[in-house]
Amino acid sequence: MIYYDKVSKVYLNGAPAAVHDVTLNIEPSEFVSLVGHSGAGKTTLLKMLFAEIQPSAGAIYFGSRDIGTLRNGELLELRRNIGTIFQDFRLLATKNVYENIAFALEVAGRSDEDIQADVPHVLDLVGISEKIWSFPRELSGGEQQRVAIARAIVNQPDVLIADEPTGNLDPINTHDVVEILKKINDLGTTVIMATHNKHVVDEIGRRVVVMENGSIVRDDKQGKYAL
Amino acid sequence: MIKRVGRYGLIGFIRNGFISLAAVLVMTITLFVFAFLLIGSAALHATLQTLTDKVDVTVYFTTDATDQQIQDMQKALQALPQVASVDYVSRDQALAAFRDRHKSDQLTMQALDALGENPLGASLEIRAKQTSQYETISKYLTDQQAQAGGPGSVIDKVNFYQNKTAIDRLTNIIQTSNKLGAAIAAILGIASLLIVFNTIRLAIYTARDEIGVMNVVGASHWYVRGPFMVSGILYGAVSGIIVLLVLYPFTAWLGPSSEQFLGAFNVFDFFVSNFALMFFAIMGSGVVLGAISSYLAVRRYLQS
Repeated sequence: MIYYDKVSKVYLNGAPAAVHDVTLNIEPSEFVSLVGHSGAGKTTLLKMLFAEIQPSAGAIYFGSRDIGTLRNGELLELRRNIGTIFQDFRLLATKNVYENIAFALEVAGRSDEDIQADVPHVLDLVGISEKIWSFPRELSGGEQQRVAIARAIVNQPDVLIADEPTGNLDPINTHDVVEILKKINDLGTTVIMATHNKHVVDEIGRRVVVMENGSIVRDDKQGKYAL
Repeated sequence: MIKRVGRYGLIGFIRNGFISLAAVLVMTITLFVFAFLLIGSAALHATLQTLTDKVDVTVYFTTDATDQQIQDMQKALQALPQVASVDYVSRDQALAAFRDRHKSDQLTMQALDALGENPLGASLEIRAKQTSQYETISKYLTDQQAQAGGPGSVIDKVNFYQNKTAIDRLTNIIQTSNKLGAAIAAILGIASLLIVFNTIRLAIYTARDEIGVMNVVGASHWYVRGPFMVSGILYGAVSGIIVLLVLYPFTAWLGPSSEQFLGAFNVFDFFVSNFALMFFAIMGSGVVLGAISSYLAVRRYLQS
């Protein structure tokens, strides 16, 4: 489903590559944990998947399409089919919870009726229905991440990318977020999560890809966190 | 999509209270500058026109000049392309004006009465289309005066050369004022545009993270920039309304003083009689400025 074909990324000429000659295949409905120290290249690999940055070499295939050849409209379509969650939540500060999630549906061209039906449903899924009219500044870290997850999955994407989703959360919220991600994966969505949280990786117990200095050093189908 | 974009623009304008207030304040000042430039330009033009109207060249005829000869001269002058108007002052009108000017000068009045007859000749007051053209008209009159037996032979005196210095100076003042006015307007206009643009750019800078999120979620460029442009238009419209509301009482208060100081120009009368023009100019500028500034400011944060 997703294929990184000898992908490299160099940010500055002369500097070491952030990602070096990575080849990685991810099947549909897989749950892949990308682990490694800070600076290993995890976030860079993820950013190239939703085309926030371009690879310096190689190609990334989503289905059968090379992401690097997509035109602007096709790129927008790709991003609507990839849900993204970040360590800093990245909610829209001037919109309340309902509007944050509705925004993802609006950019996909959904009608007001569909939006009014889907938003409460997805908030139920992540367990934050009672905060539907709150603004991000009124929510805790865990609640904000739940809203971010709800926004990421409301369009039923094929892939969910989570870049250090539990980085700013306490252990209880971390556990809750991981459980939600597992549930989403069980429903058929491919999940790719970058993390350096050992407990999270071990708790999930699924495929673990270890990165070091921009390269993949280990790839275990049912791995544990080990650097 | 348009409805959603409009709604988000309005919501953004309201929810970003302090940022909207700052943008509206800066834009209000800019539109005030623009309004003052408009009114100032009209006042300058009116004042210069008033001064220009006061300048003329007077041709004095001999006391034995006939009406026919004076009329022939008047027609000849009216045919000149440089001449705007030629007004005839008869001998009796000249005498009446003389008496009025010197009514408190007993000696002069006694001397006039002692003469027993009107010593003054008729005259023609000539106004040129531009002050720089008086010299040409005077030269024509001088040439006419030199031709023996022609219509100019009854010309006694042309007062241009006595007023030449004043007329030349006034011509210079008018030309310099126009250039200076245009230069000041251009500088103030550009400065104001830059200030407004930077203020809106700052407002959008605070939303750069939000724009980044919108990019990641897959929003199209117009879906991202649309609400910001709507907010920019609202900044301009609200500022325009404030300026117009303040200008009304301000010009009403200033009107009598302006008429006293500048002569024929009452700033309140100008504002009221040109209200439609002022409305469209100020509101239009505000709206266009807000929209364009927002469009340009968002552009750098959009991913292609």
